[in-house]
Amino acid sequence: MSISSRTQTDIDRAAGEAAPVVPKAGSMFGFSRTQAIAFAIMVLLVVLCPWVLYPVFLMKVLCFALFACAFNLLIGYVGLLSFGHAAFFGMGSYITAWTVKHWGLSAEVAIILGGLTGAALGLVLGWLAIRRQGLYFAMITLALAQMVYFFCLQAPFTGGEDGIQQVPRSSLFGLLPLDRDMAIYWLVAFVFLAGFLFIHRVVHSPFGQVLKAIRENEPRATSLGYRTDDYKLIAFTLSCTLAGIAGGTKALVFGIATLTDVHYSMSGEVVLMTLLGGLGTIFGPVVGALVVTAMENYLAQFGAWVTVTQGAIFILCVLFFRKGIVGTVGGWFRLEL
Amino acid sequence: MALIGTTVPARAQTPTLKIGVLTDLSGPYKDIAGPVAVACVRQALEDFGVAGKGMNVEVVSADHQNKADIGVSVVKQWIDRDGVDMITEVANSGVGLAVAGVAREKNKVYLNCGAATSDLTGVQCNPNTIHWVYDTYMLAKSTGSALVKAGGSSWYFITADYAFGKALLRDTSQFITAAGGKVLGSATYPFPGTTDFSSFLIEAQASGAKVLGLASAGADTINQIKQAQEFGLKMTVAGLLVFISDIHALGLDAAKGLVLTSSFYWDHDDRTRAFSNRLKPKAPSVRPTMVQAGTYSATLHYLKVAAAMGVAQAKADGAATVERMKAMPTDDDAFGPGSIRADGRCLHPSFLWQVKTPAESRGPWDYYKLLDTTPANQAFRPLGEGGCALVKA
Repeated sequence: MSISSRTQTDIDRAAGEAAPVVPKAGSMFGFSRTQAIAFAIMVLLVVLCPWVLYPVFLMKVLCFALFACAFNLLIGYVGLLSFGHAAFFGMGSYITAWTVKHWGLSAEVAIILGGLTGAALGLVLGWLAIRRQGLYFAMITLALAQMVYFFCLQAPFTGGEDGIQQVPRSSLFGLLPLDRDMAIYWLVAFVFLAGFLFIHRVVHSPFGQVLKAIRENEPRATSLGYRTDDYKLIAFTLSCTLAGIAGGTKALVFGIATLTDVHYSMSGEVVLMTLLGGLGTIFGPVVGALVVTAMENYLAQFGAWVTVTQGAIFILCVLFFRKGIVGTVGGWFRLEL
Repeated sequence: MALIGTTVPARAQTPTLKIGVLTDLSGPYKDIAGPVAVACVRQALEDFGVAGKGMNVEVVSADHQNKADIGVSVVKQWIDRDGVDMITEVANSGVGLAVAGVAREKNKVYLNCGAATSDLTGVQCNPNTIHWVYDTYMLAKSTGSALVKAGGSSWYFITADYAFGKALLRDTSQFITAAGGKVLGSATYPFPGTTDFSSFLIEAQASGAKVLGLASAGADTINQIKQAQEFGLKMTVAGLLVFISDIHALGLDAAKGLVLTSSFYWDHDDRTRAFSNRLKPKAPSVRPTMVQAGTYSATLHYLKVAAAMGVAQAKADGAATVERMKAMPTDDDAFGPGSIRADGRCLHPSFLWQVKTPAESRGPWDYYKLLDTTPANQAFRPLGEGGCALVKA
């Protein structure tokens, strides 16, 4: 009885999901109409905000938004809760910072190297971690990330607790200097939007459909002939690549790479951002990153209240916004954002 | 209403000097710096008498949450949007070094009081930065050589396994050997996350050394001191980085006999007592740590120089202000007379203290007795050894 009813809901859900997405996939880059409008608004905000808000703050939001989107690719669409994403974010930022500072690489090459570092690390750690599901997966990623943290604490090239400091912002293609905040802002905005579209494209590709099938029911996906482990590993590596790119970009913006980026609290922060914004929604992580970063930034002036407020907001979200800000607000207006 | 009316024209004439206190208001360094450091900056404004001298000085503060990127974005925002001219405090070496880079980039004044890394005046020194209170070299030298002189001839270390711990171990061992003492061994414990130090304490006890050196900081050091007391360790315990707030938290029963280095103690002489008593209304329940007193001392010196060179000029050029600060000798109630070296190192004596027993103490905050003094010219790393580029120039 319970089995048949569950199967029925699964079929309903699968049908409900497939219906709105697939027919429109070809037309608007996989966006539904509302999503396309929301995306246009987001691009407009990214372009206009630096004239209103402080660009350095916005760049931080964009870096974290990309990081959270990368994380959401795993938890939202494959159902894998990684508790060690700081490792990829942090290693990306270390490698970018180090190569710019010591080899004088140009910004785009260094960021790509940061992404490749995330990818390589993700491939190895993911290969180990995806063998288990659920809580065990989360714990394994946490343990592996702690090993990465320990490595960063000890390795001479990271500068231990002092970090890599005074990293120049380098230049784009070795031509355009990025020292001005607005110059690097456009690079960060481009990286974020490209990453965002890439993730969206992945999610709405046939590959993405298989990922969702794995999220909904892994044994069934296996029975249909998909090698789920391969799919999970590819998704994990993609997510880590983007996390590395986000970390590398952040290192360039601030000119530093420190232990904060590999610390497990960073892994927790990205979970918080994604949950706050809305798990499995494409705009949720962006909103979550904005909210968390804004709290850190603007509440810093109010002394000890940052952590208290963060905690309170998290509790309120869990109680009243079960699907996150975007998920719940979208639900009110029956929009799928 | 009338009062407000009279201050407006004055404000319009002289530009406002803005001081940003970037500190830890919610984390592990809250008690050694935090809100009391902000109070100390305000005390400096009061003692200098900014109002009487027709200067407008504003103080802003923020919590860096021990994250370097937050520190950098707050400071950049302060400078770009709010016109902050001087940044002070900044405990936490990672954040402290990152802010030094911003101060240089934006040509502002940066007076670090809370960070321990000697790189601030070494390889990462810059013309906008002054390191005010202490660094790892000074801690190692004072605790290492002075304690050997006082009879602590053989040592055993418990070392936190990261750069800070290892640097302390290396430097302190050097000074111990140079002073004629011996290092019998060292146990390295995994950092962070170790809470049980019993096996290390037993090893230390078995080594037969007279002194147990704690090359660690914060909660680890507090745990080690507590556990050493519980074990009834028959060694003199020397904490390399311990603040009076830690002793207050530990209580004299647990901390008695501990030897530590601090460049400031509120009950040291008449001047430090006078300063601490003036601060009392702003921070009624505590006595300042050396970091907090340092923010007072640094801010006061900055105000003196800003008044001497003119506020407008001090606002315009941070490096020039720091240059003037280096040229003028320092003198205040908290740190006494001192000077600032070319590499940005503020020089003052360092003191070796021993924590009193409950019987010796007359009440709360009566915690230290003086063991030895290292004079200002010997307390810090010699100018040529830091690798600071400003020195050769």
